[in-house]
Amino acid sequence: MPKLRCYFLLPMLIAMSLVLSGCSSVAPWQRGTLAKPQMAASRSELAATMRSHNYGSREAASSSGSSGGGGCGCY
Amino acid sequence: MLINLRLLPYALLAFAPWQQVAALAVNDAAPNCALSTINSKQALHLSDYRGKVVYVDFWASWCGPCAKSFPFLNELHQQLHARGVEIIGVNLDETPADADAFLAKYPANFTIVTDNNQQCAQDFAVQAMPSSYIIDQKGQIHHVHLGFKAGEAAELQALVEKLLTTTKP
Repeated sequence: MPKLRCYFLLPMLIAMSLVLSGCSSVAPWQRGTLAKPQMAASRSELAATMRSHNYGSREAASSSGSSGGGGCGCY
Repeated sequence: MLINLRLLPYALLAFAPWQQVAALAVNDAAPNCALSTINSKQALHLSDYRGKVVYVDFWASWCGPCAKSFPFLNELHQQLHARGVEIIGVNLDETPADADAFLAKYPANFTIVTDNNQQCAQDFAVQAMPSSYIIDQKGQIHHVHLGFKAGEAAELQALVEKLLTTTKP
């Protein structure tokens, strides 16, 4: 059993180090590009909220999803 | 063995947030930023305003709450500039034209400067947009305010006015 775990752990560590090195933190003052309307997850925040609200009511359980706007990250 | 070495990389991940630069807090000395005015490109330093209460506001054209804060900052400037309050709006737009378009829409009567190479934002380790730092007459940070909501205007103004009466240069 320990042998099996080793086979799994090493490729996972390598994969993680490759994937996570692509991440970078964007400083709060550098989010101008992220704040552009075309970067938003949905074109209309209000419409997306209403849609998810509707969906929740039809599913007879509220959905956990949330619909955000752009990526400005402003306070 | 007491510590499983294979877990070390995961343990190190837990310390990742420590790599971030610590944000400036109250009673820290304000960094002496090299800035230049947005219109005339005239160089100025934050230390030029020693002896005055300095309200440093970091803003950008893409930031919604920044636009909301401008009428308040204009009013603050109008009321308290004569009593020794200097408001400095530090623009952090990557394209200068964006800042000009914003200022045409939301005119500012206080000092607007650009941050050369965004060094000032790095020195302050700005945590949010907009961020405001109220700096006292001795160049010490007296108050840090993140974001801006219309309801917070009175509170901020009271803080500045209190600083004018309590600390003498």
